[in-house]
Amino acid sequence: MTHLTMTMLAQTIVSGLMIGLIYALIAVGLTLIFGVMDIVNFAHGEFLMLGMYASFWGASLFFLDPLFTLPLTALMLFAVGVLVYRLVIRRILAAPMLSQIFATFGMMILLRGLAQFLWKPDHRTVPHALVEGKITLFGLQLGTPQLTASLGAVLVTGGLWWFLNRTRLGTALEATSIDREAATLMGINSERMFALAWGIGAACAGIAGALLSTYFPIFPEVGADFILVAFVVVVLGGFGSVAGAFWAGIIVGEVEVLGGFFVGPAYKNALVLSLFLLVLLFRPRGLMGKA
Amino acid sequence: MKRLFRGLGLGALGCLLLASAGLMGAARAEDEIRIGAIYPLTGAAAGTGVELKAAAELAAAIVNKEIPLPGNLAAGAGMPNLKGAKIKLIFGDHQGNPQVGATEAERLITQEHVVALIGCYFSNVTATASQVAERYGVPFLNASSSSTPLTERGFKWFFRTSPHDDLFVANFYDFLKAVEQKKGVQLRKLALFNENTLWGGETTKIEVKLAEEQGFTVAEKILYPAKSTQMTSEVQRLKAADPQVLMQSSYLGDAILSMKTYKELGFAPPMVLANDAGFSDSEYLKTLGKDGNFVLSREVWALDLADRNPLIKQVNDLMKGRNGVNLNGNSARVFTGVAVLADAINRAGSTQPEAIRKALQETNIPADQIIMPWKGIKFDEKGQNSLGTGIIVQVQNEQYRTVWPFDIATADIVYPFPKWEGR
Repeated sequence: MTHLTMTMLAQTIVSGLMIGLIYALIAVGLTLIFGVMDIVNFAHGEFLMLGMYASFWGASLFFLDPLFTLPLTALMLFAVGVLVYRLVIRRILAAPMLSQIFATFGMMILLRGLAQFLWKPDHRTVPHALVEGKITLFGLQLGTPQLTASLGAVLVTGGLWWFLNRTRLGTALEATSIDREAATLMGINSERMFALAWGIGAACAGIAGALLSTYFPIFPEVGADFILVAFVVVVLGGFGSVAGAFWAGIIVGEVEVLGGFFVGPAYKNALVLSLFLLVLLFRPRGLMGKA
Repeated sequence: MKRLFRGLGLGALGCLLLASAGLMGAARAEDEIRIGAIYPLTGAAAGTGVELKAAAELAAAIVNKEIPLPGNLAAGAGMPNLKGAKIKLIFGDHQGNPQVGATEAERLITQEHVVALIGCYFSNVTATASQVAERYGVPFLNASSSSTPLTERGFKWFFRTSPHDDLFVANFYDFLKAVEQKKGVQLRKLALFNENTLWGGETTKIEVKLAEEQGFTVAEKILYPAKSTQMTSEVQRLKAADPQVLMQSSYLGDAILSMKTYKELGFAPPMVLANDAGFSDSEYLKTLGKDGNFVLSREVWALDLADRNPLIKQVNDLMKGRNGVNLNGNSARVFTGVAVLADAINRAGSTQPEAIRKALQETNIPADQIIMPWKGIKFDEKGQNSLGTGIIVQVQNEQYRTVWPFDIATADIVYPFPKWEGR
């Protein structure tokens, strides 16, 4: 490394932040579902993939930019989440954990297979995205799509936090996640709350997919690349904690990019997973998880 | 909903019945030569795998005379020594996974009773699958994995038509010296940027070794994990190294992601010299468009070679007509691989493995009967085609143009790699 400069260091930190915010957005959906009903959704990466494809088809068939179709994508994925809950998850709520894992794992394989069957395994990109190119700020180069995506991630994560903590419905959801029985006694329909959690969780992944679709290649297996990181983020942030997932996303993004830069890119995944192990060893409830 | 599921169930049952009926019919046909083909038909590299499958099927169709033979193509001869028997390709899907590749090889040999295998594109999968073939004594033809050690294992049943990485990398340095001379520039400071599976790892070793021997310096050497959500840290390190030549080995997804990251971070070294694979996949340009321009890549093949070899245009027209895509270096090699197998089986006049192996060993196909820029196909004692050579192409106006060797070039090289601003 002959030309290490301050700009380069700053650039690396900013890049880590930008990808970290995307990780956070993917992870909040995952952590929400887990928090409310203690089910690990292995098909979460596939929700992301569906969000990317929804944006792709919107752009290539109807010439609508992913950012315009974003609310629609979110709604669509919300519906997918609710549907998955009603068709699959509701039936296995009382089942042993292993059955639950296999159910969502099977769904992951099913969705991946369907995507490959219906849309071919090709790598695709959104043609002529609205946000393109980059802006230069204090010598830092920020890809406009990446910047837009990370800003979007902040807004959505923040919005979700506000919803959970400041609205009646959100508080009901939180209550269900803290104590299902007590919440039911207070007149909260836990069945509805579960469906809502799946809807919101899937919608978050869908929005992340829409934001990513402006710069990341779209293919049926794309969820696999992100889901592993998302699990690390969820564990680090604490199962069920939206705020925790937000900060953990940023930390994981920075560890990956900065670690990759200084220690060597070959080790970047190893570094992230070491972090995972360390959290499990020394603080299994994560940064902000319930004790 | 219930009715839908029932309908789907019945449909699936019907498909099963049809499939088994097909199998029974196949078992009766005695004049059918079964060849196993193992490629990544699902998984991250499925895009490439599907194209390779199409190329193999095209070659089989030509051998079987289902479509008229183009010119004096080796594959066009058919199977006269086997009374015009037809070859039938049985496909296996390795999903990019070496273990699955080995299992598929085993399945094709023991259950499908194939007489020979072809595959697997990924070097690490070829390694395991060919080991199974070696154990069972079934000829294994490798058309498109370039990892050198594959032919250094002393296998008896393994044959490779494609040139290997040692040769390709040697070509790189010949090319760099040729450009230095032609353009009067210096291209001695290298950054190596390779993916971290068997192929990338072996390539790195050879690149480093030859760089030292030939007076080049390696300023940075990065082996990166191919499945990445971001490549910022990699590109930042490359920028810090400030190389004159970036030498890169990537599969498709990472090739696309790296180019996007170069653009985002404004990384434009004077020369980007890629090592085929992802950079010559037809998805590469479809996805990147003009942002894919100016990359140089070693190739085994280029469409513009058709200017000198009319067979290439004929075969490409067939491929385009059947599958809607042009041939590329990967599919052209698989096409050639199937043709070579068919040629050997025909000369063997038998489907006995030993006879096929012997015939493969005696293969001697001249340059004017293949669609590759090689001097021909002839295997040495290790099973390696000794007449293969590489070329260097450059993406210009979203087309692959042959720029080296200079005597067969169809375009002049664009140097340096233009900055991203103002493209």
